[in-house]
Amino acid sequence: MTIPLLEVETLRKNYGALVVTDAVSFDVLPGELHAIIGPNGAGKTTLIHQLSGMLPSNSGRVLFSGEDVTGLSMAARVHRGLARSFQITSIIPAFTARDNVALAVQARSGSSYRFFGDPRREAALNGPAEAVLAEVGLGDRADRVAGTLSHGEKRQLELARALATEPKLLLLDEPLAGTGHEESAAVVAMLKRLKGRYAILLIEHDMEAVFALADRVSVLVYGKIIASGAPAAVRADPLVRQAYLGEDA
Amino acid sequence: MIASRFPYVAAIAFAALALLPLGAMLSGDGFLLSIGTRVMIFAIAAISLDLILGYGAMVSFGHAAFIGIGAYAVGILSAHGVTDLFAHLAAALAAAALFALATGAVSLRTKGVYFIMITLAFGQMIYFLAVSLAAYGGDDGLTLPGRSTLLGSSVLKSPQAFYYLTLMALAAVYLLCRAIVGSRFGRVLQGTRQNAVRMQAIGFEPFRYQIVAYVIAGMLGSVAGVLLANQAEFVSPAYMSWQRSGELIFMTVLGGIGTLTGPLIGAAAYLLLEEVLSHVTEHWKILFGPFLILVVLFARGGIAGLLKGRGL
Repeated sequence: MTIPLLEVETLRKNYGALVVTDAVSFDVLPGELHAIIGPNGAGKTTLIHQLSGMLPSNSGRVLFSGEDVTGLSMAARVHRGLARSFQITSIIPAFTARDNVALAVQARSGSSYRFFGDPRREAALNGPAEAVLAEVGLGDRADRVAGTLSHGEKRQLELARALATEPKLLLLDEPLAGTGHEESAAVVAMLKRLKGRYAILLIEHDMEAVFALADRVSVLVYGKIIASGAPAAVRADPLVRQAYLGEDA
Repeated sequence: MIASRFPYVAAIAFAALALLPLGAMLSGDGFLLSIGTRVMIFAIAAISLDLILGYGAMVSFGHAAFIGIGAYAVGILSAHGVTDLFAHLAAALAAAALFALATGAVSLRTKGVYFIMITLAFGQMIYFLAVSLAAYGGDDGLTLPGRSTLLGSSVLKSPQAFYYLTLMALAAVYLLCRAIVGSRFGRVLQGTRQNAVRMQAIGFEPFRYQIVAYVIAGMLGSVAGVLLANQAEFVSPAYMSWQRSGELIFMTVLGGIGTLTGPLIGAAAYLLLEEVLSHVTEHWKILFGPFLILVVLFARGGIAGLLKGRGL
């Protein structure tokens, strides 16, 4: 049996009496694309915040490569290979696309307590940054100021920043959110290219994309995982159809 | 990036400052030298504030505390017979670093208005500490036996020598800050200003970089204090009153935050305008206040923003 890269054990998050994440357990295998779907308000983003370390959990554990990372900061998890993207695009608008990605490279290569010398001339930072930009299809946008990129390009840049941290596992929070039809096709194509090279936990609203990409799908409803399995099996599950796809059983 | 926005203005400003003593000599107006020195001292403080305010989005309302620390390092050591400039500088830098580290570690746990309030509170704490130092003049302050000595000589008694020492200090602080904001460290600091959470998401712990910047800014601020004490040959708690901290913020905003050159111009504009208006009427603050409001309303980006708009 393959040892999971990410193991989530009875993870819980509540705000007073409101339980947002209710004893959630699942895993992500190396190279696997595991998608989590669920209706609005199911607690998908909260879950990704807990996994990435942005929000503390009330109980339960998160194991990454067998190590308990539940109490670690977001930055510490990134250094172990657990990177995330955000639903709301969060690039640094005043920096060029290259500098945005080079900053992520900088976080893992050499000290950032250097007070002299221009990092924009460091080939060791720009080289990997440009490679990642090319990988996400922004090779010709390196010199553009990030704030002037189109929405779809910003989404790609967001992904490039996560990739530049050299992750083992990518936590992707609705990478298709707010993209138009063409842009969304480009992002799906990119996810297909990334699939297999990185383990991916994909949180997504777009059902079509999820069923086309995922090796495994879990369904989150009111903070609970109600079904988990191969895409076809999950799609056929009557409980899922009732709770999520809005059909009567 | 934002590093070298308008180098011409900085070059012109420094050239003008270097030539000012010549003008003072020709016109025979000693006051020119004195106000020039004062402008440069406050420019040092304002530039160091800009490092955290403009590049790190840390609105410190207690930056004058570091001027006070620098000034009291000179005052207290001189009172005990230690008059060497380098001893004064070393003590000022060490004390400022410690104070910045301790107060920054607490202040940086907060954000926005709370950060402003807590830095103000720490500033007031050290202000009242100085007031209570009866052995060193308390509320009345402390008159120095003389200016700091440089390798045993009292060359700094000469207004020209002291002027050029201050100019060298200003140039050093300016160039150091310029290097810092353009460095790896500066890039992290600026990224944190724009989006701290996203910096964590690519593997940075923002707090570590913010506190280092806060300590650097505090240490550079104390240099202004060492110079101010020397210029006045007097040390007083008033140097670190919260009004003074407010003035430093205003100089920075007036000149243009996040530019480093702006605060230099802002300090000059602020102090010269104060000087001119106070000759016009004793109620000069009635004119000064509205002027400052107009600048904030209509000249976003300060004087630096206006110059930049002219392509400078």
